[in-house]
Amino acid sequence: MNFSLARTSLIAEADMIGIAGERAVCDPRGVLYFPELRLMAVSDLHLEKGSSLARRGALIPPYDTGATLLRLQAVISDYQPSIVISLGDSFHDGGGAERMHASFRERLEALMAGRDWFWVAGNHDPEAPADLPGETVRELAIGSLLFRHEPSKVRVEGEIAGHLHPCARIVQRGRSVRRRCFAGDGGRMIMPAFGAYTGSLNVLDRAYAGLFRPESLMAYMLGADRIFAISRSMLRPG
Amino acid sequence: MTVEPRLAEQNAAIALPEPFLRWFGEKGWSPRAHQVELLAKAQSGQSVLLIAPTGAGKTLAGFLPSLTELAVRPRRKPGQGQRGIHTLYISPLKALAVDIERNLGKPVEEIGLPISIETRTGDTPSHKRQRQKLVPPDILLTTPEQLALLIAAGDARRFFEDLRYVVLDELHSLVTSKRGHLLALGLARLRNYVPGLQTIGLSATVAEPDELRRWLVSQNPPGDMSELIVVTGGAKPEISILDSEERVPWAGHSARYATPEIYREIKRHKTTLLFVNTRSQAELLFQELWRVNEDTLPIALHHGSLDVGQRRRVEKAMGENALRAIVATSTLDLGIDWGDVDLVVHVGAPKGASRLAQRIGRANHRMDEPSKAILIPANRFEVLECRAALDANYLGAQDTPPLVDGGLDVLAQHVLGCACGAPFRADDLYEEVRAAAPYTSLDRITFDRVIDFVATGGYALKNYERYARIRLNKDGLWRVSNPRVAQQYRLNVGTIIEVPALNVRYVKAGSKGSATRGGAVLGKIEEAFLETLTHGDTFMFAGKVLRFEGIRENECFVSNAPGSDAKVPYYGGGKFPLSTYLAEQVRMMLDDPQRWKKLPEQVADWLRFQADKSVLPKRDDLLIETFPRGNRYYLVAYPFEGRLAHQTLGMLLTRRLDRAGARPLGFVATDYALAIWSLGDMGAMFKARKPSLGALFDEDMLGDDLEAWLADSWLLKRTFRNCALISGLIEKRHPGQEKSGRQVTVSTDLIYDVLRSHEPDHILLQATRSDAAAGLLDVSRLADMLSRVQGRIMHKNLEQISPLAVPIMLEIGKMPVNGEADETLLMDAATLVEEAMGPEMSEG
Repeated sequence: MNFSLARTSLIAEADMIGIAGERAVCDPRGVLYFPELRLMAVSDLHLEKGSSLARRGALIPPYDTGATLLRLQAVISDYQPSIVISLGDSFHDGGGAERMHASFRERLEALMAGRDWFWVAGNHDPEAPADLPGETVRELAIGSLLFRHEPSKVRVEGEIAGHLHPCARIVQRGRSVRRRCFAGDGGRMIMPAFGAYTGSLNVLDRAYAGLFRPESLMAYMLGADRIFAISRSMLRPG
Repeated sequence: MTVEPRLAEQNAAIALPEPFLRWFGEKGWSPRAHQVELLAKAQSGQSVLLIAPTGAGKTLAGFLPSLTELAVRPRRKPGQGQRGIHTLYISPLKALAVDIERNLGKPVEEIGLPISIETRTGDTPSHKRQRQKLVPPDILLTTPEQLALLIAAGDARRFFEDLRYVVLDELHSLVTSKRGHLLALGLARLRNYVPGLQTIGLSATVAEPDELRRWLVSQNPPGDMSELIVVTGGAKPEISILDSEERVPWAGHSARYATPEIYREIKRHKTTLLFVNTRSQAELLFQELWRVNEDTLPIALHHGSLDVGQRRRVEKAMGENALRAIVATSTLDLGIDWGDVDLVVHVGAPKGASRLAQRIGRANHRMDEPSKAILIPANRFEVLECRAALDANYLGAQDTPPLVDGGLDVLAQHVLGCACGAPFRADDLYEEVRAAAPYTSLDRITFDRVIDFVATGGYALKNYERYARIRLNKDGLWRVSNPRVAQQYRLNVGTIIEVPALNVRYVKAGSKGSATRGGAVLGKIEEAFLETLTHGDTFMFAGKVLRFEGIRENECFVSNAPGSDAKVPYYGGGKFPLSTYLAEQVRMMLDDPQRWKKLPEQVADWLRFQADKSVLPKRDDLLIETFPRGNRYYLVAYPFEGRLAHQTLGMLLTRRLDRAGARPLGFVATDYALAIWSLGDMGAMFKARKPSLGALFDEDMLGDDLEAWLADSWLLKRTFRNCALISGLIEKRHPGQEKSGRQVTVSTDLIYDVLRSHEPDHILLQATRSDAAAGLLDVSRLADMLSRVQGRIMHKNLEQISPLAVPIMLEIGKMPVNGEADETLLMDAATLVEEAMGPEMSEG
């Protein structure tokens, strides 16, 4: 299968990449958008993570769901996709959709209205979210692309996954910069986590062992308003 | 002041039981006047603040009321229950508690008193802690954190019901931090258990003794003060500044140039204590000394990051007078008694006159003999600062920071601790808390918001009622909602936030720790520093040059790298900013050529050159120089207000210069000056008054510009992290938990961003802002400076760099520039990729 990551132009299409013949925008806010398919993918929303932790005694601010939805609203209103794929771990736990505040539920439903919406099952939320529209699937194949939550152990060309919350770190002039990133090696793409309270795991961590061809690994680090493509040789662990 | 022996004996006869008098007699000593006076005041039921220089017998004075009372206490009858703690001694340092146990144990044994003395610190094994609960010692030596833990236990009231005295050592250092806030709240709680409780505060000289006198007693009624005893005098210390034959460097902090001269002094004295301001300085000086140590004198290293076992060995050797010199940071700053130190060397500028006095007090613990100290300035500005500090010390100047209001994050921790101990009524706890000096101005609304925060997070969005940690019951009492809350509290108590650090462990060179289990742990190093290293990099730690081999979970593997080329750890400069008082002294000295005569010739020459090429600022003026260099334009300002205030000023000025079209590129701040560089010609802009310097430095920059910058500042995020940890919003990381990895913990940066955009008035953000303004940003100091220099800004538009500007210009490039730099660094990395691989990359 022919799979190429090509940076076309620095300015107008700075964050455009090609995946299995489909052109996609690698948005610095952490979503992938395929203009020809009018399809947007977002991963690891982890809605209601705040209330999930609160149940165990850490009373962190209950605004993460609101914050995540606000950012989701912004990208959706920019791209107006007809298909949205939420790549799993959309809720931090199985009870998340139920706990969600009514006002947030309304906002989420408004975002979903008029679009084909797919909830890919994740390890945090294997079941369909309670009382929400949209279709829950294990995985989803569209054209030459395959969307699933956890990246497959065997190499699947054109696979787009989440789950690992990739981030990358560089050191320049004695300073360390760590950012969430898209991670790809020309064969597959792992998306950054989108949720407001989601942490991240360095792409050089053992958890990624065997997933990428090391020599072709690229980290597309999320900048303030653009993506920075960084090759494996520049990346640092930790 | 010497004690009139006969008077002392007379008074002593009144207050001291016979065995004590006999003991003093056997030693050939007589009780000092202040010891007797303190005893008399304590026996009449008063709390007392004793201010005395080191070596005045403060410790014995503080314990005399307890010892004399315990000496005559009737023996416990068979069948009578265990008695509780009689005296609680609290010190800021674990090591100090251990030290006191030794020093107090000696007279107690010699006098033959039936008194048990024990320590309780974080290092005390759990079986001993449990035993202490069942069979409490008469005197318990402990730290503020341990007191908080004892209060949070269900048996606290019973444990403390026999308490008579609380002795607070090094009070001047305790009260200025959040630990002091926690301790003040703990004391208020103890007074609730034992209304007649007496406190005895021991302190070095402070600027405002009344603040400490109020601190020691209940502030209900407000303004009440303890008794005060001041011991003045002690012999004047002999302090000199090293007049080096070598060239004093323009910039830097290593003082490497003076190593041979320092070594010569070590050889001349019995035991030398060498103080530096940062740990990296300590490592470097230690290395340098050993390089010239041809007589292999026993020279040791001591700082807070070293493995605790190694530190104890050094302390023990020191006590046994087995060392000739010890290189130390502030871990040894407080009043630990150290053998026969006859010389204190201070490397680098002492930053504050009080700190200098404290450190010199270390030498020669007999107060009638002069202490001897040498200051080693590391660069030319430090020469000025040392000179000013020296003059200030002779004037007995004091510049301890003013006490600030108690932190709300600390209060939140205390409220939860109280609930863990026993159910409480909000009205009662409010009254109790306000009786603690740092919280006298706490209003009821804020207090209730803190309770609400402890219970459910205190959010406007009421989502967490069902997860409440404490609940208000029908009987009007707040109770912990389940036992797990108390467990969590105990793991998170305290206000000392440790920077994430990794163990440093020896392995064989080349192994990444996987094959071997590794060797000894050398100590801990901040994660942030280790992150900048790559395999094979070398650095100095624990007095050795080490090679970085890799990181595995919470351990950093290193191997020996003999040879001298080391990448020295960079720790963001000194921790302490130049004090306001010293800054003023330095400005006065610059303004007065007469005083330059006391300076080393090369430094005086430097100032004369400056007067010739540019100008020296008048005492209350602010000098601004502008000049071109390379393809950039530079602005150098000399406010002498300390690095923190300059850093804040730099942030705000670059915003303003950017708006004015000067296209600033970056800035760098030191304790003395601030340099900004730009693409636009700032000198020409100021001359055309577009903008005028007056407008640029207008006080209004502390309004909107400060707000806007603060909101995104990494400084505020760091402060928020501390508040979140102290208040119990999130849990501290504990050893063994690191393995859970980054993706499961919620970073406080993320929480901060979410909270700030959704509830900017939340009580924790309120606490964060006031902390940052006071501590990290030195906003009040900047405000004072801006108002002082209105209409007094002196602008010199120069053709080239001035002599005074050289030191700060040398710092450019050495220090990272904050702000937008992260994006720039990413851009650099991405550009490198493009250069190397071309704009098109494709995989077949």
